[in-house]
Amino acid sequence: MNQDWGYGINKDRQIDFDRNDRRLAEYIRKYVPSYKLCISCGACTATCSTANLTDFYNIRRLNIFLMRGEIDEIAKHIDKCMFCGKCELVCPRGVNTRQVILIMKEGIKKIKQNEQL
Amino acid sequence: MKKHVFIIGGGVAGAEAASQLVKMGFDVTLAEKETQIGGKLNQWDRLFPSKRKAAEVLDFINKNLVDSKARVLFNTEISKISKQNGGYKIYAGIEECTADAILISTGYDVFNARIKEEYGYGIYENVITSVDLEEMFRNGNKIFNSNKEEPKRIGFVHCVGSRDEKVGNHYCSQVCCVTAVKQAMEVKEILPRAEVYCFYMDLRMFGLQFEDLYRESQEKWGVNFIRGRVSEAAENIDGTILIKVEDTLAGRPLKMKVDLLVLMVGFVPSAGTTEIGKMLNLDLTPENFLKPADEHLDTSSTNLKGVFIAGTCKSPKTIADTFADARAATLKIKEFLEGSEK
Amino acid sequence: MNSFDIFVLPFAIGLYTLLIVFFAKVFDWIKHLPVGDRRKIGRGIRSRKLFGVVKEIFLESLIHRRIFKVNPLLGYMHMSLAFGWFLLIVLGAAESKIYGRDLLNTPWDPIFFKYFKHDTNEFHSAFFNFTMDFLLLFVLSGVFLAYLKRIYARLFGLKKTTKHIFFDRLAIISLWLIFPLRLLAESLTSGIYHNGGFLTDGLGSFLAGFMPVGHLEYTAWWLYSLSVGAFFVALPYSRYMHIPTEILLIAMRRFGIKTTTTFTNFSQIEVYSCPRCGICIDKCQMTSALGNEKPASVYFLNTIRAQKVKPGLSFDCMICGRCEQYCPVGISLMNHRLVQRNKLISNGYNFQFLKNGIPEKARIAYYAGCMTHLTPSIEKAMIKILEKAGTDFVFIDKDGGACCGRPMMLSGNFEGAEKLIEFNRNNILKSCADILVTSCAICYKVFKSNYDLPLKVLHHSEFILELVKSGKININKSGLRAVYHDPCELGRGSKVYEEPRELLSHALELVSTGYDRENALCCGGSLGNIMLGYEEKNKINAAVWKEMMVNDPEMLVTACPLCKKTFNKNAPVPVRDIAEIIADAVQISPVKPNHQLAPEQIAG
Ligand SMILES: Cc1cc2nc3c(=O)[nH]c(=O)nc-3n(C[C@H](O)[C@H](O)[C@H](O)COP(=O)(O)OP(=O)(O)OC[C@H]3O[C@@H](n4cnc5c(N)ncnc54)[C@H](O)[C@@H]3O)c2cc1C
Ligand code: SF4
Ligand code: SF4
Ligand code: SF4
Ligand code: SF4
Ligand code: SF4
Repeated sequence: MNQDWGYGINKDRQIDFDRNDRRLAEYIRKYVPSYKLCISCGACTATCSTANLTDFYNIRRLNIFLMRGEIDEIAKHIDKCMFCGKCELVCPRGVNTRQVILIMKEGIKKIKQNEQL
Repeated sequence: MKKHVFIIGGGVAGAEAASQLVKMGFDVTLAEKETQIGGKLNQWDRLFPSKRKAAEVLDFINKNLVDSKARVLFNTEISKISKQNGGYKIYAGIEECTADAILISTGYDVFNARIKEEYGYGIYENVITSVDLEEMFRNGNKIFNSNKEEPKRIGFVHCVGSRDEKVGNHYCSQVCCVTAVKQAMEVKEILPRAEVYCFYMDLRMFGLQFEDLYRESQEKWGVNFIRGRVSEAAENIDGTILIKVEDTLAGRPLKMKVDLLVLMVGFVPSAGTTEIGKMLNLDLTPENFLKPADEHLDTSSTNLKGVFIAGTCKSPKTIADTFADARAATLKIKEFLEGSEK
Repeated sequence: MNSFDIFVLPFAIGLYTLLIVFFAKVFDWIKHLPVGDRRKIGRGIRSRKLFGVVKEIFLESLIHRRIFKVNPLLGYMHMSLAFGWFLLIVLGAAESKIYGRDLLNTPWDPIFFKYFKHDTNEFHSAFFNFTMDFLLLFVLSGVFLAYLKRIYARLFGLKKTTKHIFFDRLAIISLWLIFPLRLLAESLTSGIYHNGGFLTDGLGSFLAGFMPVGHLEYTAWWLYSLSVGAFFVALPYSRYMHIPTEILLIAMRRFGIKTTTTFTNFSQIEVYSCPRCGICIDKCQMTSALGNEKPASVYFLNTIRAQKVKPGLSFDCMICGRCEQYCPVGISLMNHRLVQRNKLISNGYNFQFLKNGIPEKARIAYYAGCMTHLTPSIEKAMIKILEKAGTDFVFIDKDGGACCGRPMMLSGNFEGAEKLIEFNRNNILKSCADILVTSCAICYKVFKSNYDLPLKVLHHSEFILELVKSGKININKSGLRAVYHDPCELGRGSKVYEEPRELLSHALELVSTGYDRENALCCGGSLGNIMLGYEEKNKINAAVWKEMMVNDPEMLVTACPLCKKTFNKNAPVPVRDIAEIIADAVQISPVKPNHQLAPEQIAG
């Protein structure tokens, strides 16, 4: 029986861990081992050349979305990266952010074209 | 004949161990490269967690040391140590001493903030370190920026030179979080109208009363905490500092102009620690501190028989832990010396 | 002259196969060349450039001058094989034509000349016999060195030699056999008829002393023919395809054709021109510092040729240019890497957020660069110098700006880079400056090569040198001994080697390293390599530090914020930017602008 008492969180705001698509995250984990090391400190976003010019780009958050499987959010913004490499330089954990971004773009393209990751 | 223990480094650890070892009935020589006992403690004003004056603790160790009549060599550095008849021969300054055991308590240095160039220490006048701030407290609580004005907004940057692969120090320095909280409160005490912000990655309030300090800083002093690592600082024409950080909890990049930026510098092994370690070929931890013989069962001995370590030469520590560690080392030394008598 | 025997067939078949396959390939390459490139060939052939082509073909394809420069012994080996063989063919052809009194003889006439022609008593025979034997000896010395190289690569300054595929093996084995077999065959014949020179006749007479030369002769000629034939058949599919292709390459390059942003048939010709000499493996720090040979350019070209390009290899290169600098064929190896990246990645971009502002106007536009914002001491030093010299300047990216586009280009996303370039270009033009100064070697490279700016673009080292030369600032010299590290993008990338050195020599003592100028090492921080993790970069850097410290300098000076950051981590001596050095060495002028702080006001 499926009851809706109206107490649930609005569907699009909730991260539905059981339904989300974590293929891309797994794919990136495989190719960029340092990706796992992120501690969400935000230094990358703070220094990011793109984030300096537009509020709608936040590389740290895209990383988190990736781990949670929220691919659409990533697809919407990832092409704004200018590849300048500042994020990589400030990351205290030595995450190879540009490689993550490159593979994210790649993976999203594949997912969109229904290719195997 | 009495056994002789040679102690290198007269900070909290070395001084406390010296007086304890005399009490146990050993001959003790303490070599200190500076002109005074106490090490870093001489640079601090008030201490966490209780805000007592560092001078009180200094008085305590100084008095004990004087009372113990241990031999203290000031202005003395060690040039060479060699093995001799089961003991050691130490070339300390102009002297040559023989010893049955050596205790190394050469402590730590604070991280050289210039290496973290993007924060602008040594480049921008209004970027200082937590050590500089302590000095301001000691000099009569006068906090000024470079224009000799009282700062209206002050930022504290946590983890400078700690937890940062990019400077080669991946470990946590343990005391800087609580020091930041302590210093933030002190600043508010002196400048009640100033806004104070702490920029942290994690707040590591591990001591029993530390969480209370954190709470007090919020409740009583209105210190603000923003979770995010500062990426860089820039200087405005008026000398104020513009910092960039992401407010990771709001998920938005944040820029802030501060009148004074305080860098919470972490611990690195002191130059003396590294030097003595190399001289004796001691094992080092991956972080380059001196490595104890066993991480749980024997944290005072080293890979060399008769050579012991105490205090912050082996890892970052609070003063209380340094005291405890120094006393633990004296027991190990006693066990060693009395064991070898039989 | 009756000069046919069934044993010439392997040779003849091999030769014709080679000619057919090669010309079919050439035809195909040229046919599918971009129209512009084809026109360049058309124009080039009819121009004076042709002389240059001939000269370069002579110097590079035959003499191998560039290999000589890298390593004389390796150069000699290549020269003796190529030039020696070439002379053998030319003289052999002349010899056979003169004897046969036939200008249009068969191609195998000269090859098997000694087998068919026994009476060599004409007046010029002494000359030919001697010269041909001498040349054979010359070639054989090269073959001998080639054997040796397989065994002792180090002797040739190479720590590694290339690994081979099947056709390479076939070709190399037959090549190694050709000349010894020729020696054997001619000697055996000469053992019977005494028609050889000092070498073949000498050896022949010696062999005849204890061997049935008459029985062995025929077999030896068969083997000789087989080896040449096998070599010719394998050639188009092996690395030796580089021999004919390089000639084509030299001509086309001289006519102005390049590999730029797409893979054209010219690029294909470049790929085929690689003789797999292995010099690039040795120069690559991925090999020397990380022990990873795979990304080396020679193997990368292999994957292009086999159409098996993988992202891993394409992105695992620092685009440092060391291989390209020393590649004797002059293949644009870095462009090849980028072109393949471009093919591999999704080239999306979305830069709608970029909004052109209204910049201040000034004579000098100073663009610090993204990275420089993370090294504020460089920025501060530059501002000090600009103010000291009393220049009229505007700091265009003071609050950060859009990236210059070079990193995007390095990632292979040319389309995205183009957008960034367009945006920044507009901004720069709006400032109405005459001079654009940048502190970042990466920005400098792209400003110079891709922005097409109608103004003077200077790296800050060049700019400050102009200030010093024109007397706008005076600097004090100290006795400090420092090494200068050439940033890749400034040095090999933009050929700025001397200005920084000249400038530094005004302020301190320069100490050399084994890796100066063209031979500079990459600091390891390169934005070009997208695969390298932070720890590997560190490892490369640590290895570079070792080389930088050989002459015990007290400081390392560089001219790029990224190099500075990279070097800082493992630094045994202080690392500074050239601008900082000059800012510190600037003489205090008598009149001090009042907005500057007195030294005693500057707190520690
Ligand atoms: C900013 C800051 C604030 C702090 N505030 C507090 C606080 O409020 N409360 C608290 O509990 N802890 C605090 N700490 C931690 C505290 O400083 C340390 O726990 C304590 O100083 C450690 O003492 P030590 O003897 O191990 O080392 P040190 O104090 O470093 O002593 C080492 C001694 O050895 C000497 N030495 C070194 N090399 C040689 C050599 N080769 N030969 C001879 N002598 C040598 C040195 O001169 C020095 O005197 C703070 C730390 C920092 C960085
Ligand atoms: S590389 Fe991309 S994500 Fe990283 S700082 Fe530059 S623009 Fe931002
Ligand atoms: S700087 Fe590094 S650790 Fe911090 S959020 Fe970015 S990727 Fe994660
Ligand atoms: S104690 Fe706090 S500030 Fe210090 S290193 Fe650890 S987390 Fe960073
Ligand atoms: S790419 Fe150049 S250096 Fe490398 S093997 Fe080929 S010819 Fe030699
Ligand atoms: S550009 Fe540099 S890293 Fe890349 S293959 Fe050539 S030498 Fe190696």
